[in-house]
Amino acid sequence: MRTYAELPGLMTQMTGDEKHGPSATSTLDVLWVLYDQVLRVSADTADDPGRDRFLLSKGHGPAAYYAVLAAKEFFPESWLAGFGSAESRLGNHPDRSLVPGVEIASGSLGHGLPIGVGLAHGLLAQGLPGLGDTAPRVYVLVGDAELDEGSNSEAIVYAGAVALPNLTVVAVDNQSSSYGWGPGGIEAHFAVSGWSAVRVSGRDHEALASAFRVTAAGAASAGPQLVVATVEGKE
Amino acid sequence: MPDMRTVFAETASALLDEDPLAAVVLAEISSDMFGKAAARHPDRVLNVGIREQLMVSVGGGLALAGMRPIVHTYAPFLVERAYEQVKLDLGHQGVHAVLVSIGASYDAARAGRTHQAPEDVALLDSVPGFSVVVPGHPDEVGALLRGAFGALEDGSTYMRLSSEANREAQPVSASLQVVRQGRRAAVVAVGPMLSPVLEAVADLDVTVAYATTVRPFDAAGLRSAEGGSGAVVLVEPYLAGTSGYAVSAALASRPHRLLSLGVPRTELRRYGTPLDHAAAYGLDAAGIRRSVTGFIGLT
Repeated sequence: MRTYAELPGLMTQMTGDEKHGPSATSTLDVLWVLYDQVLRVSADTADDPGRDRFLLSKGHGPAAYYAVLAAKEFFPESWLAGFGSAESRLGNHPDRSLVPGVEIASGSLGHGLPIGVGLAHGLLAQGLPGLGDTAPRVYVLVGDAELDEGSNSEAIVYAGAVALPNLTVVAVDNQSSSYGWGPGGIEAHFAVSGWSAVRVSGRDHEALASAFRVTAAGAASAGPQLVVATVEGKE
Repeated sequence: MPDMRTVFAETASALLDEDPLAAVVLAEISSDMFGKAAARHPDRVLNVGIREQLMVSVGGGLALAGMRPIVHTYAPFLVERAYEQVKLDLGHQGVHAVLVSIGASYDAARAGRTHQAPEDVALLDSVPGFSVVVPGHPDEVGALLRGAFGALEDGSTYMRLSSEANREAQPVSASLQVVRQGRRAAVVAVGPMLSPVLEAVADLDVTVAYATTVRPFDAAGLRSAEGGSGAVVLVEPYLAGTSGYAVSAALASRPHRLLSLGVPRTELRRYGTPLDHAAAYGLDAAGIRRSVTGFIGLT
């Protein structure tokens, strides 16, 4: 297994760039913490019905995602070099049919969270045991500008109203939405619909892991959970 | 006699009882008809409110979790408003659901254009892997829904329910059913168009074939029904020509003529009854007769 320090090298295999700007790595720390410390899924359990699900709703800039999946050995590192070519399974938007470990095909914004609501319902309805101490959980990563899409509002209000207990949204906030979310930020938008919400630094591994642990632990009785991960804005 | 929607709700409720992986997703429409089922299966009858995008995406998510979703609302909101969700959250994800609409074409003549979607089959036909079934009578709905539900391992189905119905039910089949034989042309009647077609051609020397499953289109059945006449009339209760390419492909190896009847690409801007609209579009018995006689040269 690779380490966090080795992720930039894996990304370089895809992009050819020695250095990666903030937008390419905005999700890198969140993805690493999830796959390294939080998600109960591995290459060996990638098809287990009781696994946790991670949905990369914001399918843009997937180099960090592919790097983390390769680092965790969901697919061979040798796949990285061909990124985006006709022969490669790895494209600019990930496809679940092509990449082991990828739970949804994404790219068009505003689909991951609504799909995640259905997935969370489906796991609950089957009463599936999880791979750890608790039932399987659905994690959806969205970008702050992605929340512009109205389909997210449908899902946010509904999931809060029915108090879906096994759903976590992590919103990576690089302040790229043209109109933002006003006073109180993204978390106010979710909280008014009954979500619990916390904001942490999207670069602080300890804080991220702690935020995810708190939400997962409180899941049995509470409704859906939001973690806002603040990262630096686009330059 | 119960209407198509009632039979659908009863059959879907029975499937919820029979199969622990069955789920029904609604957006308010028809939720009153699933009250008892929701009480028995609160975790598998999901009414998401007036949120059609979410409704279809939830269907996709349920399927990703291994469930067998039936997703239902009014046709324009199911197919047009949530089209990208159908395309991506079912089609592109490679997961399957049964989509069931009510409010076919001009069923809601009185409601106006907002509640009409004669484009529905053409749109669904652009999503790879979708079957399309068009019942012509309430008694056909149960078997067709069970067939579509049972085929979820293989693919998704769009089932198009209507308040319009034929006078009699036909045996349910995925194949084209020859209802009567003739020599001058083969008239293919889809779903509830069978009764007006039979009335229109009662004294004409033409074959009439009945289709409920239009995707996949029964190409072999059409070649057999065409019977060397070289003339095919397609009568579809939705956008005219929707299945024209399928007929052309089926008959590519033989000279043939095709007349495609259906709802035109114009906006009527009239209220009234479904029969008023059928007459305006030439889809009542008199209009179909005019078109068929002109086509086969009996004017």
